[in-house]
Amino acid sequence: MAFNAEQVRQRALKMRRDIVDMITEAGSGHPGGSLSATDIMATLYFGEVLNYDANNLTWQERDRFILSKGHAAPVLYAALAQAGYFDRKELATLRKFGSRLQGHPDSRKLPGVEVSTGSLGQGISVATGLAAGLKLAAANGDSATDVDSSTDTDPSTGANSSKIPFVYALLGDGELQEGQVWEAAMFAAQQKLGNLIALIDNNNLQIDGELAEVNSPYSIEEKFKAFNWQVLTCKNGHDVEEIKAVLDEARERALKALAQGEPSSPAPTVIVFNTVKGKGVSFMENKADWHGVAPSKEQKTQALEELGA
Amino acid sequence: MAELKTDKTADQKIEKKATRAAYGETLIELLNEGIDVVAVDADLSGSTTTAKLAKVAPERHFNVGIAEQNMICVAAGLSLAGKTAFTGSFAVFGTGRAYDQIRNTVCYAQLNVKIAPTHAGISVCADGGSHQMVEDIALMRALPNMRVLVPADYPSAKAALRLAAQTSGPVYVRMGRSNVPIIYDDSSPVTTASTLNLGTARVVREGSDVTLVACGVEVDQALQAAELLAADGVSAEVIDAFSIKPLDEKTILESVRKTGAVVTCEEHSVIGGLGSAVAELLVEQPDASVLLRKPLQRIGVQDRFGTSGDFDELFAEFALDAQAIYNRVKQL
Repeated sequence: MAFNAEQVRQRALKMRRDIVDMITEAGSGHPGGSLSATDIMATLYFGEVLNYDANNLTWQERDRFILSKGHAAPVLYAALAQAGYFDRKELATLRKFGSRLQGHPDSRKLPGVEVSTGSLGQGISVATGLAAGLKLAAANGDSATDVDSSTDTDPSTGANSSKIPFVYALLGDGELQEGQVWEAAMFAAQQKLGNLIALIDNNNLQIDGELAEVNSPYSIEEKFKAFNWQVLTCKNGHDVEEIKAVLDEARERALKALAQGEPSSPAPTVIVFNTVKGKGVSFMENKADWHGVAPSKEQKTQALEELGA
Repeated sequence: MAELKTDKTADQKIEKKATRAAYGETLIELLNEGIDVVAVDADLSGSTTTAKLAKVAPERHFNVGIAEQNMICVAAGLSLAGKTAFTGSFAVFGTGRAYDQIRNTVCYAQLNVKIAPTHAGISVCADGGSHQMVEDIALMRALPNMRVLVPADYPSAKAALRLAAQTSGPVYVRMGRSNVPIIYDDSSPVTTASTLNLGTARVVREGSDVTLVACGVEVDQALQAAELLAADGVSAEVIDAFSIKPLDEKTILESVRKTGAVVTCEEHSVIGGLGSAVAELLVEQPDASVLLRKPLQRIGVQDRFGTSGDFDELFAEFALDAQAIYNRVKQL
C-alpha cells in the first residue's frame, strides 16, 4: 500500500478526538504531549513506516516501537486501537480500575506495547539494548529473524541487514534532561546501532514551564552530533508529508549503512521534530499548563468542535 | 568460653574461593549448553568475572562503561530480543544506583533479566563504606516479581546462577568479593549444591537447642559458631537460607518448632534482609506466641555504614563473626 497523506491526516484527526475524549472520560492524563506527538505517531503507524502486524504479536521481524515518554500513553493507545490491536471502544476505560489502558503503558496488560514505560529516560535505553539484541540474533542466524543468506549480507556481522528489524523510540524533549538518555546515546553509537531510530517530540515545554527556562537541552541536534549520531530535523512535526519524508530518509540511510557494514560504521539516527504542545486544540496549544490536566466537559465539546467532530 | 580459631589453615587446609569466581565461568557453561545468555557489565567485568564470557563470546558481552542505569535497561532490551540477560557491576551500584530501572523496567514488565552483581556486603573490605552494600537484599526483596538468591560459597553461587538462567523473569543473585570456605561438595546428595532450588533452604548442620538461619558468607561463620557451641554442649542447627525470596518457610519452621530459639545471621543490614524475613514468618504463625521460647536474635549490620578494614577486623567490628554468633547464643 502506498503512502497516502490525506489518509494519514484523517487517522491523526481521529486520534486527536480519541485523545481528547479518553482523557476527559478518565478525568486525568496528559493531553499536551499526546497531541504534539499525534502526527508523528499517525505517520509511523499509518504512513507505511513501521512494519507491524496487529494479528501476529510475536512476529519476530516486526519493527519495535517504544514510547519512552510514557506519559503520552493516550497517543499510543489511540494509534494501537486504530491499528487493530484492540477495540477502539476500550479507549473509554483509560486509567480506570481493571483497564488494560493503564495511566502509563503496561506491556504485561496491553497488546502492542513492547515494554512498560513511564519512568523517563528508560525507554530509549531499553530500545538500545533491543536494537543490539536484534542485531545479535540476526548475526547468529536465529530462526527468530529468519535470515536469508542469499542477499545483502553484512560483512561485519554475517547478518542480512535488510532483515534486521528497526527499533523506534519516541522521547520528549524534557526527557533529555534525564542523564540515562545520554548514557544510552553514548552506548548506541559505540555499538553502531544503525537499526535504532530515536524520535524527539520537541514541543519546548515541560510541566514546570519552558525547557529553555527550566534546564535547557538545546541544541538537541548538536548534542546528538557530538554523541556521533546521525541527526535529522523535521521542521514541521505536524506536516505528515515532511514527517514521512524524514522517516523514510532515516531508514534508507540506515539500511544503506547497515548493508555496507564496516567500515562505514552505521550510526544510530535521531530525528528532532519541531512540534506544538497541545496541537489541534486552540486553548491547549503552547500551554505548559496542559501537560497533565484533563479538559472539562465544556472544554471537551469545544475541542471536539475544533477537531471537526 | 571457647576460643575461636580465626585461621584454621594452621591445622587444616580449607579450600576457599569467592562466590564471584562462579560468575563468568557459569555463563560460559550455560552458553555451551545452548542457553541464549548475554552479560551486560559496567566497566567492572574483570572484578565481576563476566570478562571471561567476553573472551569466548565477545558478541554476547556488552560493556556499557560506567553507566549502571543504562546497564539495567540495555539488559532489559536484550531480554526483549529473546536473550537471557545478566547484569553485573558491584552490588552497591548494580542495585542502588539503578533501583528505579530495576523496579520500573525489569520488575514491572517482568522481563528475563538477572540482577547479579558482586562485591556485596561488608566483605568488600578495604574499599570501605561507600562500596559495602548492606541494603541490597532489602531493596530487592521488596520488589514484586523479584526472586532473591544469596549463595554461601562458590558451588552454591554456580547453582544460583544456573537457577537464575533457568527461571523466567527477574532474579537477584548476591555475590561477594572475598574468598570464603567451600561448604558444598558433590560427594553426596546431602552435600551437593546442585539440588538447591528457588524456595529451598538447606540444613547444613543438624542440632536441637538453637537454630542459626544464615545466608551468604555468614553460613560459614554460623558453622564455626556451631563448633564453638558444641564444645560447650550446645547443639546448634545451621540452616543455609540460600533462597531469601521465596523463603523456605517449611524448613525454617520445622527447625524452630524443634529448637524454640532462632538467631539469624547475615552480612547485611538487620533492616529488611534475612532477619526481617524470618521475623515476619515467625510472628505470623498461628502458634507464634509459643513458637519461640527465647526472643529472636538478629546478627547483621546494626543500621550503620561499613568502613575500611580486613575481613577479620570487620567481621569482629560489626559483630558478624563466629565469636559474635556464639556470644549471642550464649546470652539467650
